[in-house]
Amino acid sequence: MKRDGKDITLWSIAITLVLIFALVPVLWLLSLSLKPPEQVADGRIIPETFSLDSYKSLFEGGFDESPFLHPLVNSIVIALITTVIAITLAAFTAYAIARLEFPGKRLILAGALAIAMFPPVSIVGPLFDMWRSFGIYDTYPGLIIPYLTFSLPLAIYVLTAFFREIPWDLEQAAQVDGATPYQAFTKVIMPLAAPGIFTAAILVFIFCWNDFVFAISLTSSNNSRTVPAALAFFTGESTFTEPTGSIAAAAILVTIPIIVLVLIFQRRIVSGLTAGAVKG
Amino acid sequence: MSEIVLEGVTKVFDDGYEAVKDMNLDIGDGEFMILVGPSGCGKSTALRMIAGLEDISSGELKIDGEEVNDRSPKDRDIAMVFQNYALYPHMTVRENMGFALKLAGIDKAEIDQKVEQAAKTLDLEAHLDRRPANLSGGQRQRVAMGRAIVRSPKAFLMDEPLSNLDAKLRVQMRTEVARIQSDLETTTIYVTHDQTEAMTLGDRVAVMRAGVLLQVATPADLYDEPRNLFVAGFIGSPAMNFMPGEITGGKLKLPLGEVDASQLPGGGDEGQVIVGLRPENIEDATIVGDDVKGQRGITFEAEIDLVESLGSDLYAYFHIESEGVQSDQLEDLMGESLSETGAGGLREGEERVVARLDPTSKVRRRERAQLWADTAKLHLFDPESGDRLS
Repeated sequence: MKRDGKDITLWSIAITLVLIFALVPVLWLLSLSLKPPEQVADGRIIPETFSLDSYKSLFEGGFDESPFLHPLVNSIVIALITTVIAITLAAFTAYAIARLEFPGKRLILAGALAIAMFPPVSIVGPLFDMWRSFGIYDTYPGLIIPYLTFSLPLAIYVLTAFFREIPWDLEQAAQVDGATPYQAFTKVIMPLAAPGIFTAAILVFIFCWNDFVFAISLTSSNNSRTVPAALAFFTGESTFTEPTGSIAAAAILVTIPIIVLVLIFQRRIVSGLTAGAVKG
Repeated sequence: MSEIVLEGVTKVFDDGYEAVKDMNLDIGDGEFMILVGPSGCGKSTALRMIAGLEDISSGELKIDGEEVNDRSPKDRDIAMVFQNYALYPHMTVRENMGFALKLAGIDKAEIDQKVEQAAKTLDLEAHLDRRPANLSGGQRQRVAMGRAIVRSPKAFLMDEPLSNLDAKLRVQMRTEVARIQSDLETTTIYVTHDQTEAMTLGDRVAVMRAGVLLQVATPADLYDEPRNLFVAGFIGSPAMNFMPGEITGGKLKLPLGEVDASQLPGGGDEGQVIVGLRPENIEDATIVGDDVKGQRGITFEAEIDLVESLGSDLYAYFHIESEGVQSDQLEDLMGESLSETGAGGLREGEERVVARLDPTSKVRRRERAQLWADTAKLHLFDPESGDRLS
């Protein structure tokens, strides 16, 4: 019992340290976002006076005038569309890779891995030129396409690992039970792969939500600019004030959807991240 | 209810391996047919071809007189029980059993009624709303059976359905399977590598080896008149004893002694033979009546190496002076017979023989005993082809 107590103390200290390390920047942002503009640089963690002015400033002027609202909608829509397309395509691809023997299977996997390794910065320049001549510069598709390129390999890898874990017999049982291959896939394989699908979906969503490189380079207005890029265009109340408070407020706000998502699907993700690793 | 006919069915895998060779089998309506053989003999592949899970490379498969070679599994109206049960883990027992009916678009009330009825037959009523993960092995096995029987399909296909159960449960489920099949009178094809299951369950048994169907017969015929060495050695436990023999001048010379050829079943031509003798056809000579001994049989003396008493039977192991028999058919069985008869520990030129004696026998380990072999029950085989003579 004594040893248990000691273990618990040690673990608690270790966990606290990690939590502090991870959370201090977030607390700092929160603190900045709650200070009135003139106190932003006072160096205090706990604001002397609390003010929601920074938050209010984000929404001032409604949908058209606010520097934040339109990008927020863009972020949500672009991330959701990308996630849906990526997961649908990746589910079919991963299923084929896990189940079927076909020529070029290794090539697809190797290609996917190579693309995932590719540094996004190196294709931003060419894309900028191409998108302008194609006429999709500063549009939703202009961002969704490169996001798909980089999120598909990730989703394919996660899902392939999951589909491989599902016994093939189950699908054959479904076929003998009278299911078409499509029914077997949707009624038996998909529900069993649900943890993997949620894991992949959240990873893809976070990737799109966090991206800055493509968002800043391939957009020019709030029509399609996402939040991370829009932050860079925030202005202070006057030419001489830094927009620190509103940037901090916006950063806090965009973190919330991710936290909510992860909390909701926490258990599924945990089982998802381990399921591929350990052979049941 | 239906008839399944295989005509020249062959399976060649992509790598050129021929798993099933020109298989002809006629399974009657309501018949319980067993496919048995050692692992890798193609029995599961044959079953999967009937289910539609494997393509048929050549030949014809007919269910109810219709050719179904190119039909997908769902259009064949057959139910299959898998070795690992393949229950849907995300569905309750009720949903598992009703899945096929739901896919067929049957209304919910009827599905419920059929599932309840099947659950009653299988004693699963208390577990209908549980998930497979929370069930014991035997219960899972019954759910797998239930999934097959709710559909009232044309045929049940079972792929080693009892092999994942422990020994006691296996015997229990074996009788259960037999009962359900005879109640429902549904054509059933049952794959197993266990010859005991094959002998106890089947109306007829099909023995396969290396993709070839060797013999199809009732369990009794298979036991009494095995068509070749492989079937003879595979069916029966403990396995049949084999020894070389030679027929010259109207006499069969055996390592045990000489027999007048007139005593042999079907007589015999001159030449070398392989002789098979089942363990129960060797008896303690002191127990056999003199009148029987006078009529037929060989009385011989042997040193007993080991005695196993099971209460109802007594297995005596002894060795004979023999060079043994050479046959590739028997080599396939070696792995099994080695462990069964304990052929290890023998010197060159000795062969282990098992006898199943009356439990009242007084034979002792490491003592010499008088034994009697019933020569009317000898099986003679051609040493070249391994085929049965007579």
